[in-house]
Amino acid sequence: MSEPESVQPRWIVEAEIMPRQGVNDPQGEAVMSGLRSLQFTGTQRVRVGKLIRVEVTAASEADALDQGTRMCERLLANPVIEEFVVSAARIG
Amino acid sequence: MTRIRAGVISFPGSNGDHDALHALEHDLGLSVRRVDYRETNLDEFDAIVLPGGFAYGDALRCGAIARFSPVMAPLRAFAEEGRPVLGICNGFQVLCEAHLLPGALLRNRTLNFHCFWTHMRIEQSNTSWTAGLANADVLRLPVAHGEGSYYVEDGQLADLEREGQVVARYCSPDGTVNECANRNGSVASIAAICNVRRNVVGLMPHPERATNSLIGGSDGLRFLGGILETALTAAT
Repeated sequence: MSEPESVQPRWIVEAEIMPRQGVNDPQGEAVMSGLRSLQFTGTQRVRVGKLIRVEVTAASEADALDQGTRMCERLLANPVIEEFVVSAARIG
Repeated sequence: MTRIRAGVISFPGSNGDHDALHALEHDLGLSVRRVDYRETNLDEFDAIVLPGGFAYGDALRCGAIARFSPVMAPLRAFAEEGRPVLGICNGFQVLCEAHLLPGALLRNRTLNFHCFWTHMRIEQSNTSWTAGLANADVLRLPVAHGEGSYYVEDGQLADLEREGQVVARYCSPDGTVNECANRNGSVASIAAICNVRRNVVGLMPHPERATNSLIGGSDGLRFLGGILETALTAAT
């Protein structure tokens, strides 16, 4: 039996949100000094951001990415201090 | 003369609302009412205060969720009519997230929660909330924040300086602005800013917690008292 037409594929949309260039990231600096004290002497630069995973229904990958982008623009990221990258993977 | 009516907005997680209500009512003599974040009409008020605290537990970013509360639509209209709005600490963060003020508040550069007395120097006495002060006045006020490091990008900082939107800077007790006094690492030592129209002001220090020498200081009254000057001017 085929699925009803209203049931759309399910996707995991991931928003990777990072502090923008030029924005101070004291967490990143603290992590870097921690790594260096653990003898990871090659550590050059650390930035700490966040990953937000959202499960959505969407007709296509483009639709899922579009939803994720709009979520970032409206709520998940603050463009004054953050930049984001959105990806989508089908899960059902 | 009818008393000035001030509303203090309570979001889930606000904790400075009662301090603000007490200061405005008992120390300044205003008529006050706590405004629930679900209310949709602010017509009765002459001034609105967004208090300190941790609205929505600071989930995602400070102020990010509170920005979508029902009360924010009438607040925007209130601000656009030129009526006085003050955001204290978390209230400042909410106003930035709502784009009623420019910029954003980042994690303190020390990564510590800052809870101590600080000094700020008034840079602009011509706002709705600093009208009772003079430029270069130094106020001693408490701070209590983890994300108080004010940020705007360089180009926008130049705009703020040119438009006179930098209302106060962290300073030493004698009024000197330097990096030692700028403990959270704010751009240009900024402690308080206003919008272009000068009726919306946000600051990280807590004037409502410095209204009586019995609680450590009364300089906060000098700040909040500016609203009396503004209301008086508006009435004449």
